[in-house]
Amino acid sequence: MIRKLVDAVDERLGAAPFLRHALRKAFPDHWSFMLGEVAAYCFVFILLSGTYLTFFFHPSSHQAIYHGHGVPSLDGRAMSDAYASVLRISFETQAGLLIRQAHHWCALLFAAAVIAHMARIFFTGAFRKPRDLNWVIGLTLLLLVMGDGFTGYSLPDDQLSGAGLRIAQSIALAIPVIGSWVAFLFFGGNFPSPEITSRLYAIHILFIPLALGGLIALHVAILWHQKHTQFPGTRQRENNVVGSPLWPTYAVKSLALMAATFGVLLLLGGLVEINPVWQYGPYDPWTVASPAQPDWYVGWLDGALRVAPPWAIRLGGHTISALLWPGIVLPGVLFSVLYSWPWLERKLSGDRAYHELLQFPWQNPLRTSAGVAGLTFAAMLLLAASDDVQARLWHVSVQQLAWFYRIAVWIAPVIAAALAWRVCVELQARHAYEHDHPSRVVLKRAPEGGFEEEPVPTP
Amino acid sequence: MIASLAAVPVIAALTGVPLIAAATPIAATTSAGQPKPALTHVAAPAARDPAKVGGDLYAVHCIHCHGEKLQGTVDGPPLTKAGAADVDFQLSTGRMPLEVPATEPMRGPASFPRAQIDALVAYVVSHGGHGAPIPNVHPDVTKLTRGRVVFEENCEACHGATGTGAVAGFGWLAPDVLQATPLQTAEAVRTGPGIMPQFGERAIPQDDLDALTAYVDTLHHPDDRGGYSLASAGPVGEGLVAWLIALGCTVLVMFAVGETLKSKPPG
Repeated sequence: MIRKLVDAVDERLGAAPFLRHALRKAFPDHWSFMLGEVAAYCFVFILLSGTYLTFFFHPSSHQAIYHGHGVPSLDGRAMSDAYASVLRISFETQAGLLIRQAHHWCALLFAAAVIAHMARIFFTGAFRKPRDLNWVIGLTLLLLVMGDGFTGYSLPDDQLSGAGLRIAQSIALAIPVIGSWVAFLFFGGNFPSPEITSRLYAIHILFIPLALGGLIALHVAILWHQKHTQFPGTRQRENNVVGSPLWPTYAVKSLALMAATFGVLLLLGGLVEINPVWQYGPYDPWTVASPAQPDWYVGWLDGALRVAPPWAIRLGGHTISALLWPGIVLPGVLFSVLYSWPWLERKLSGDRAYHELLQFPWQNPLRTSAGVAGLTFAAMLLLAASDDVQARLWHVSVQQLAWFYRIAVWIAPVIAAALAWRVCVELQARHAYEHDHPSRVVLKRAPEGGFEEEPVPTP
Repeated sequence: MIASLAAVPVIAALTGVPLIAAATPIAATTSAGQPKPALTHVAAPAARDPAKVGGDLYAVHCIHCHGEKLQGTVDGPPLTKAGAADVDFQLSTGRMPLEVPATEPMRGPASFPRAQIDALVAYVVSHGGHGAPIPNVHPDVTKLTRGRVVFEENCEACHGATGTGAVAGFGWLAPDVLQATPLQTAEAVRTGPGIMPQFGERAIPQDDLDALTAYVDTLHHPDDRGGYSLASAGPVGEGLVAWLIALGCTVLVMFAVGETLKSKPPG
């Protein structure tokens, strides 16, 4: 069948040489190489489910009285058209709640898969020359996924996301000198502005998805051209690629993964409640609920805001807001380090060579412990963002928890990095020992229970 | 052990001698989860004068912290500003008597039957407790929308959008409102127990109170049409599910197909 199809395309486009080559292209086999594919399939799913939602969502801040079958306690309440349309999607549209929930679950999985994929790339040194370019594109994709998540989360104009949007506006206001102009430009006026929902909508469904689609295509094209990296092995060398051909083996694996991803998302969408906006209520700027968190992928930023000390500075008649440090400086520094890591590492290690083979994490203790420290730092900030939930769970005060995380955010990464370093060094020593002292005997257990030694056959 | 301790208040009731010193160790050893059968014995014999029953109960269970003349001690606040609503709320929600003095009162099964609570209420009111009376409450289910607005504007900042409770700062908890009866909700609104603010007629008029108590009642059965609610922990539970279940499942599949369909070395 494939042959017929290729022939048909070839007759019209003369593409047989390319297709023959492409279908036989080898992809290295390691399960962790498929993390990026989960992210790609999330993109497909989020586009499809999102398109369905656009049929019914009204991106408008126009206030109207709601009369629906949805929620008795909201009947007759004034609310934005956006929030009312989300209620209609949830309760009056065929499969509306299922698709809306699966769409939201997909956003959470998308960001998780991107970060897991990035961690794999980082810890195996896959970002080294010549793939430093794709590392930069990948990081940009992460920022876009976070941005698309946050804009989408804010669209329903509910109580919880409205509070989050207010925080985002406060961070924009905290930019020195130009902050007020930036905030007014983006929000189209003071908060809450009637403009914001339609602007977020355009960014959420047009600008960011377009940028994501383009950059994902570029990301994969570069991967195709540069070929996938592989772990060192008996047959794997710097100048070959050992793996399964695209057709049929790799394609089957990949399609199985796609089916699994879609299946998990639809099951979660149908069975596990996410973002029940009808419980949160429509957004009124003068009310706020507790506990409150954003989606997890912006949680680390929220955590930074919660634990950062209130350092506001008076400078020549101007106040530099305390939000500047956790809201702008911290993510700025973090992402600058991430963007420049391939070049930073090159400088630190002096290794400027091309690399087609990956490293095991233990082979590079410096990189591994730096990565572990970074992830621990982010994880601590993310934990700090749920301090109100933890305080209730363990019956301690939020103030105590804030102090705990203020310290843990700096101490925990150091401890984790030291541990990672130690484990790497131990593993290196063990591999060196095994290399120098190959096993000379094989222990065999006799049926009667005794043991026998047999010399290892020399190859 | 429990049986021997349980005998103490019975003796106290029979002899008419309030064993003040004995009251604290009893309270401290009775944990919240256990029923407190000992305390109910105090009511007998039934024919006694209610005012006297209230006085006896006060002498056994309250006097240690709140003092002989409701004036308060180092362990507990004065009750001179407390009224029927306060006493009824604290006793009917099982917050009082406290097991350990000066700790945060938590909701639990009530320690006294209705008649004894009424007796204690009568005792405090007749001995100088001149706070708010028991509020009138007629939950109005036709005004759920108004009730929800009142809840969002006055209550959810501490008790949460779904009424599951949250932290209220400096180690205090805003309890969940999911077990509160309309009367208890109204009493809490009018008296402001613990660090909760007190909402008078001007802040929450009677109409709004009737709407609010009806709305709080609906929170007892949350509308979880989306599926399993993840303990109403919001994005915290959702994030955990995204990482552990969504990514966990896909990684398992990745591992399964990745390890099954592998290129084999030639030969």
